[in-house]
Amino acid sequence: MTIQEIQNEIVDEFSMFDDWMQRYEYMIELGKSLPIIEEQYKTETNIIKGCQSKVWVHAELQNEKLVFTADSDAIITKGIIAILVRAFSNQSPKDIIDADTKFIDEIGLKEHLSPTRANGLVSMIKQLKLYAVAYQTQLN
Amino acid sequence: MMDIQKIRSDFPILNRKVNDHPLVYFDNAATSQTPQVVIDCIVDYYTHYNANIHRGVHTLSQEATDKYEQAREKIRAHFNAKLTREIIFTSGTTHGINLVAHGFSNLLKKGDELIVSALEHHSNIVPWQMACEATGAVLKVIPMNDQGVLDMKAYEELLSNRTKLVFCNHVSNALGIINPIQYIIEKAHQVGAAVLIDGAQATPHIKPNVQELDVDFYVASGHKMCGPTGVGMLYGKEEWLTKLPPYQGGGEMIAEVSFEKTTYADLPHKFEAGTPNVCGGIAFGAAIDYMNGIGFDAIHDYEDELLAYGTAELSKIPGLKIYGETDHKAAVISFNLQGIHPYDVGSIVDKLGIAVRTGHHCAQPIMDYFKIPGTVRASFAFYNTKEEIDALVSAVKLAQKMLS
Repeated sequence: MTIQEIQNEIVDEFSMFDDWMQRYEYMIELGKSLPIIEEQYKTETNIIKGCQSKVWVHAELQNEKLVFTADSDAIITKGIIAILVRAFSNQSPKDIIDADTKFIDEIGLKEHLSPTRANGLVSMIKQLKLYAVAYQTQLN
Repeated sequence: MMDIQKIRSDFPILNRKVNDHPLVYFDNAATSQTPQVVIDCIVDYYTHYNANIHRGVHTLSQEATDKYEQAREKIRAHFNAKLTREIIFTSGTTHGINLVAHGFSNLLKKGDELIVSALEHHSNIVPWQMACEATGAVLKVIPMNDQGVLDMKAYEELLSNRTKLVFCNHVSNALGIINPIQYIIEKAHQVGAAVLIDGAQATPHIKPNVQELDVDFYVASGHKMCGPTGVGMLYGKEEWLTKLPPYQGGGEMIAEVSFEKTTYADLPHKFEAGTPNVCGGIAFGAAIDYMNGIGFDAIHDYEDELLAYGTAELSKIPGLKIYGETDHKAAVISFNLQGIHPYDVGSIVDKLGIAVRTGHHCAQPIMDYFKIPGTVRASFAFYNTKEEIDALVSAVKLAQKMLS
C-alpha cells in the first residue's frame, strides 16, 4: 500500500470513534503493535529530542525500503509513534520525504502537533524524514 | 473564614471550559491566575497613564512614576524590607538570581565555595554553575533524603570559612517541601557566608519577613502570586547591593555618561537598566494588595485543608506514590502511578479539563535522585476547591484504568 492509502485507512479507523476516550484507547491499542526497537539500538544517538518521554527510533534500509522500529516509555507516545511507523515504514525514502502528515489532524490528534516541548510528535516526524533524506542520499 | 465562591468569582478565567469540561486549574506552581482587580489595573494603566518613567517632566510621566514607586513601596512593606531602595524590580526570579550570580562572579575567587540544595529549580543552579566556571569557585550540594527533606547535618558539615554564599529555595516547586531557611541562614552567617533564598514558590502561600529572617537576598516573581508575567522583585540588604557591580548596562542605571568614563546610579536604579515593565510593576503591587486583602493566614489555613484532603484522597489510589512526604509542605502534590509514565497521566486528565504539570519541573536533580523521568504535579491555590480535587482523583483513576 502507498503511504496515502495507509493514512486513509488509519483515518477511516479513527472515524468510527465518537469521543476522545475511544480514540485514546484505540491509540493505546495500536501502541502495543509497534515494531519494537532492539535493545542494542536504544542509544543516545537514536533518542528523539523534544519529547518529555523517552523515544528511540531506528531505521534500516531493506530492499530499498526504509524500515522503522521504535519504542517509548510512555504509552500514549508509543501509540502516536506506532501510527507514524505504520504510515511510513516499509516505504521508499523518496515517498517518505514527499509525504504530508495532514492525517494526524484528521484523526483528532491535532493537539499533538503543537510545538510545545512536552510532546515530540513534530520532532518524531522530522526524525523519520531526516532518516529518509539520509538513506535517499545513500541510494543515489 | 474565606468565602471561596466569592473569591472564585474574582477570577474570570475559572469560568472557562477546557475540552468541554469546566477548567480545573491545578498548575499554580507554574503560574497563578489573575484576579479581575489586577486585570483592571493593567487596562487602567494603558488606558489612562501609560508613559515612560523617572525622567519625564510631563504629567503622564509623573503619574506613571508615582504609581510605579508606590508599587515598590508596597513590595517593601509586604516583605518588610527596611528600605525601598533594597527592592529591585526584575523581570522575574530567574532574572533576580542571575543578577546576584553575575555580581558574585566579580567577587568570588578560586577555591571559594558555594552551597546549593539538592531541591533547587534550575534557575537557582545554572547561574551559579556559570559563576563557578568563570571564577574557579566550587559548588557543594546539601543532600536530600527519600522523603525529600534536606539533610541539615550534612549542611553543617559542608559549611566552612571558605563558604561565601548559600542558596536554597524557600519552598520546593517540584515537591512542595518548605525548607528550614531560618536555620540555614543562621548557620551560614556563623561562617560569614551570605544567603540567597529563592522565594518564587513560597510567596503565593507565605508572607516572608526578610528582616526577621535576616536573609541577604530574597527573590520572587509576580506571576506566581496573582500578578502578571514579566515582573518580579529582588530584595537585597543595602550593604550587599552596594557591593555588587551592575548587571545590565544602559539607560536609567547611570549617573553620568561620557566615552571617557561613566558613573552609576544609586540603588535601586543601579540594577534597573532600560525601560522597565512599568505596567507589570504596578500590577504586581495590585496583586499584593489583593492577596493581603484576603489575608495570608486565611490563605494558609485553607490551602492546608486542600493539601490534607488531596493527599488523603490520592493516597487511597492503589499504586500511587507521593513524593515529598513530610508535614511541612505547601499545597503541592507530586506523584506517580506505578508503571505509568507521568506524561500519559497528564495527557488523559487534560482531556477532562484538569491542568496539572508533568515532567521534571525544572528540577532534574530531584528526578535523578528518585530515578524517575518526572512526576505529575498538582499544585493548589486559594481559589481551588475540594470538589476540584475529587475531579482530579476520578480522572487519575480513569487514567490508571486506561493505561494499565
